[in-house]
This record gives sequence, C-alpha cells and structure tokens, in this order.
Amino acid sequence: MSITAIKAEKMHEPPATEVKSFMKRKHAKRSFEPLLYLSPTIILLLVLMVIPVYLVVQYSFFDNVIITQFPKFVGLRNYLTVLQDPTFQIAIKNTIWFTLGSVVAHLVLGLGFSVLLNSPSLGKFSRSIFRMIYILPWIFTVAIVAILWRMLLDPVGVLNYLLIRLGLIHVGVQWLSSPKTALIAVTVINIWAGYPFYMMSMLAGIQGISKDLYESARVDGASWWQSFFNITLPQLKPIIISMSILDIIWTSQQFAMVWMTTGGGPITSTQMIGIYTYQQAFGRYEFALASTSAVLLLLFSIFLSVIYSRLQRRRD
Amino acid sequence: MRSKGKGFLASRKAVTLTLIATAAMALGYSAPAQAAPVVTISFSQWWEPELPTGALQALINTFQTQNPTIKVKLVSGPYSATKSQTIAGAATGTMSDVVGLDGAWVSDLVNQGALANLDNSLARVKFPVAQLAGKIKIHNSTYMIPVVNYIYPLFTNDDLLAKAGVTSAPTNRTQFAAAAKAISGLGGNVKGWVIPLSQTNPNGIQNDIMSLVWASGGSMLKGGKPNLTNNAAVKSVVTYVKSLWDAGSITPGAFTLSEPDKVTEFTNGRAGMMIDSLSHITQIKAADPALHFSIHALPVADGYTGKGGIPYASWGIGIAKTSKYPAQAAKLVAYLMSAAVNTKLSDLGHAFPGNTTSVPTWVTTDPMFKTAFTIYQSGYPANEFTGLPKADDLMLKFDTPFQSYLSGQITVDQLLATAQKSWLADF
Repeated sequence: MSITAIKAEKMHEPPATEVKSFMKRKHAKRSFEPLLYLSPTIILLLVLMVIPVYLVVQYSFFDNVIITQFPKFVGLRNYLTVLQDPTFQIAIKNTIWFTLGSVVAHLVLGLGFSVLLNSPSLGKFSRSIFRMIYILPWIFTVAIVAILWRMLLDPVGVLNYLLIRLGLIHVGVQWLSSPKTALIAVTVINIWAGYPFYMMSMLAGIQGISKDLYESARVDGASWWQSFFNITLPQLKPIIISMSILDIIWTSQQFAMVWMTTGGGPITSTQMIGIYTYQQAFGRYEFALASTSAVLLLLFSIFLSVIYSRLQRRRD
Repeated sequence: MRSKGKGFLASRKAVTLTLIATAAMALGYSAPAQAAPVVTISFSQWWEPELPTGALQALINTFQTQNPTIKVKLVSGPYSATKSQTIAGAATGTMSDVVGLDGAWVSDLVNQGALANLDNSLARVKFPVAQLAGKIKIHNSTYMIPVVNYIYPLFTNDDLLAKAGVTSAPTNRTQFAAAAKAISGLGGNVKGWVIPLSQTNPNGIQNDIMSLVWASGGSMLKGGKPNLTNNAAVKSVVTYVKSLWDAGSITPGAFTLSEPDKVTEFTNGRAGMMIDSLSHITQIKAADPALHFSIHALPVADGYTGKGGIPYASWGIGIAKTSKYPAQAAKLVAYLMSAAVNTKLSDLGHAFPGNTTSVPTWVTTDPMFKTAFTIYQSGYPANEFTGLPKADDLMLKFDTPFQSYLSGQITVDQLLATAQKSWLADF
C-alpha cells in the first residue's frame, strides 16, 4: 500500500465520538440480542406463569375478588379464615396422609419392579413384555384411571365379586363410598397410577451403575441383599431423593383423580387441598379464599422446589 | 440502471395506490345509504348436545333467515362445562351475549353484575311477557326466563315391581318403603331405590331428597330464609330416607353416585325406583328398549291430600350485561320464547314449554308423556333452590352432614342444625 493511499484512508476515518457511539450501539445490540432470542419464552412465562401467580397472590389479600368490581384489601384475614376452617384442616391432614402413603408406596414399588426388570434371569423378550405391562398404568389418562377404578371398586364391581367368590367377604364393600375406606382406596388408585414413573427412572439409574462394583462385591463374597443395600441403594440415592421431592410436589397437588372418584367425600373423608380450593372457587364463588388456599399450597411447593434445586446443584 | 428501475417501480406503485385510494373514496362518498352491518352474537348453552343432532342449529338458522343482520354462534357443551364457562365468563366479562342458565346460578351471576335485566330487554322488542310461564326474579327484576321445563317424576321398573309382588306404583311413603323393601328382597344386586349423593354435583339433595318435601306441600324456607330446624316436613323426610337406608333398601355406593350413575343403575335393572328428569326417558329407552318402566307422581306423606309440588329443572335463558349487542340478543330470546318456536323446542326436548300459549304435541304421541303431562297439571312446579344464593353450595352444605347422618355419626337434629347454620351464612 502506498503512502498516499494510507493518507487517503486516514482522511476517511470517522471521528472518535462516532466510533464510540457505534461501539455503544454494537454493545447494546449484543446485549439485547440474547433477550430477543429469549423473548418468546419470556413472554410465555410472563403470560402463563408470572401474571397468573401474581394475580392469585394479590387476590388472597382482598375480599370478594372477581365477583365485585371494587374488592376490599383485608390483609391476612383470608389466611386466618382458611387456616381456621375445620374443612381445610381436614384437607391438610388427608393431603399429608395421601401424599406420604403414595410417595412411600411409589418408591417401594418402583424400586422393586425396576430391580426385577433388571434381573439377568429375565430374557430380552420377557423383559420387554413385563416392561410394557408394568408401564401401562402410567399411559392411561386420569379420566380412564378414574372410570376403571370406579368399576373395579364398585359395591357390585370386580374386586368385590372376586372377594365374595373367594369367601373372604359376604357383602360387597363400598370402597369409595364408605368414609372408612375411601381415603385408602383413592391412595391405592394414585399409587397404581404413579409407580411406573419411579420404576422407569430407577431402572435407568440401575442400568447406569457400573457392573464392576457388583463383580468385585461378588468376588468378596457379598450376598444379593448386601450388594443391594451397599451398592444399588447408595448409587440410586440422588435419583431417589429427587424423585421423592418431585412426587411430594405432584401428589400434594392431586385433584382430578380424587374429584372424579369421590369428589372429596364421603362426608370429608377424601377432602384434599386441591378439592377445597376448587369448591371454594366454583361452588362457593369465594375466589379470594380459593386463592388463599392455592397460595398456601404454592408456598409449600416452592419450599420443596428450593430443596430440590439445592440438591440438584450439590449433585452437579 | 438498477436505481433507475427502482425509482420507476416506486413511482408506479405510488400512482397505483393513489388511484385505488381515490377510487375507494369516490365509491365511499357516492354509495347510497349502506345496509345495516351484520353482527354476530354468541349463545352458550348445554342444550344442543341434549337435543337431536342439528335441531337447535336448524332453529337458529331460521332465526338468521328472519334476521339477516344477526348471526348467532352457538357455544355448546355439557351442562357442567357450560356452568364453569359461564362463571368464568362472568368473572372476566367475557360471557356469551345470550346464555343458557340454570336457576341455581342466577343469584350469584346477578350479584356479580353479569346478567342484564330482562324486563327492559323484552320491553325493547315488545315481547308479550304475559305469555311467559315463569320468570326468575332477583330484587323484583327478571334475570332468567325458563325456556322449557323438565319435571322430575318417580320412575318405576315395572318388571322388578311385579317380581317383588308390588301390583301398583306407590303413592305414599309407606307404600314406597314397602315397595323398596320388597324389591331389595329380590336379592342379587337389586335395590329398591337409587339416590345420588355425590359431592361433585350435589343436586341429589334438590332432586331426590327435597323433592319429597315439596311433593307433600312442605317447604325448606320461611320468608325466603332457610328453615330447616323446627321444620316437621323436612325432618320427616330425612328420617324417612334414613329408615330406608337402614333397611338396606337404597343402592349401596350412594355417597359417590351422581345423576348419570343413578340413571345407569335404573337402566341396568339394579334399582327398582328413582326420581329423575323426564328428559332422560329417551336416553333410557335407547339404552334398553326392552326395559318396562313407567312414571308416576312422587309419593307423598301418608294421609296428605293437598296439591303437591313437582320438582323441576329449567333450561333458562338470560342476556349478558356486557353484551355489545343487547338489542340483537333480546331478539333471539324473544324468538326462542315465541309460541311456535317454544312449541318446537318443547317437542324436540320432550319438555314443558316456557310460553303458556305453546301447545306441545309430544304429550299426545306417547302414553308415558301423556302421564307426565297429567302429573304436571295435577300439581305445581316446585324448586326452592332456584334463585337462592350459592344454590349448589347450599346443596353441598346439606349433603355433607346428611351423609354423616346416614352413616350414623350424627343425629337428625344435629344434621338440621348444622345445615341451617351453614345455609344462613350464605344468605
């Protein structure tokens, strides 16, 4: 390049201020660009999550929301009303019973079936068949699960027929209609519908455990049970903890299945927080109390979600 | 060369746009008085799925032909979905222009300010309101008009009655209890009476329990307020139902049975008697054409000879307060309530007309329907839940302690006191 050419180039160079503003614009564009890519997700999150959650939380501090144009701010009064409501207290008790029963049974059944499905004594074909059968309950929609179990547990249904034929009972038990058995019945239904998810997750976890560990345990003379308690369970611990926390969150929010089988009855024997919330909103038009109940459940779920996230972070 | 071409294209576009704009303006100015714009109104209801396929749309098509400037969009769904949609619509101000209503929803929708005053709407279209069989009023203003009414008579499975040695349908409580016991004595899974007490839709309290109170001229209200305690009529009915329950004459599983389950139990021959809507006759006949059943007036208290209340449910109609086209909505309501259309609608649904001058022909086509008409004429329509605040919740608040009472956990006085206290809180 000749000297005259360089001079000419220098003459056409933009002034320093222009360069600065150009750089600023470029920087702004760069920092704005990722937001632009994320905007569909951000908008969806705002519309579907942030705004509804904000509104529900806001409603919980007002009286007669939605049904009147000018609701009054009542502070924590709705929280006191809901927490002192005997039906809500029953709902909490039932939800805890239902959740803990379901989660423990999900865990035991899921682990048991996953160990069975991983057994080397099963051939490839039979393993696929069993896997397909065991996963079936998870494939059914809630409506189908509810109808199926209502037919099974009807006083003149399949289960009572079998029990009567076996001579175990003389009169059909009203599994879903008796206050004594309804909560157990809905818990059993929930266990049946939910264990396959545990099973598949555990199975994936078991298959990821190094075979060398089992090999060396065998060489050291460890029994099957010793291998299970000292290798399988410790290796699955992170999955078990994560799954249990997620299951507690999901099960405590259960509504559809209980609503379609018992509707929260008989009396209040299957009243859950989800059903209490629905009845407050669509039966009593008490949208503020429904929001309060929903916020209480949300706080519980957030608490568990925080624990879950921390565990995940520690695991990573 | 390229810039030249671009400039040429740009100038051509500008000229074309100018020409189009000028022509449009010229047309606009020179056009004679424009035809009235076509407006579309929505009409949400649960009737379409319950009527023969295409029947409601055919009536709407006729309305659209008569009113070329009004288009009607039918928003149809099952009863429960329509209810949730209406409540949500009222809350968000997005309710359909014309809404199918149940009397149990009216009070709450009026409190929300969601319904328009129909007195004004019908006056606007000069509808002869004297022809209306009923009006649901809140604070002296009409908010719902029953388009058609369904009564709830007693259905009996005549084969089961005959097998049990019952020669005629029961007319009083003693006969009814005896018949229920005799049918239950047949064994197998057969029971005398089926009642639905599910909490998902607790209308069994209205249709199957309180109906017995109204049938004997009783009432659950006094001066428009709950009157459950110190009410002999209500107390006698609940103790009577309990006696049938204890005798094993009622279908097991009642606490989780809903109205469709009740109809299924009856259609399958597992229940000898039920109190049910006339609208289910077609459904029962379709499900089992060989089933021998008949309908009768509800059993009354022993020795009662006065006129009895006949429980009923209505397909009601109202107009949303937020409707942008109240005049067009009123026209549609007036059309559906006109004598000819109301007759047609009654015939299609086998219901009783909401227009007093309508003469349904279906009552003469089938002896069973003829009986229904006789029952209808022999008493008076009674449904005290219609127009009450939070009517569904009142039913639930009665249902829950009623289940406790039937289970033997509380006494009848505790049941009535609990229900009375919780009902008063809603008034």
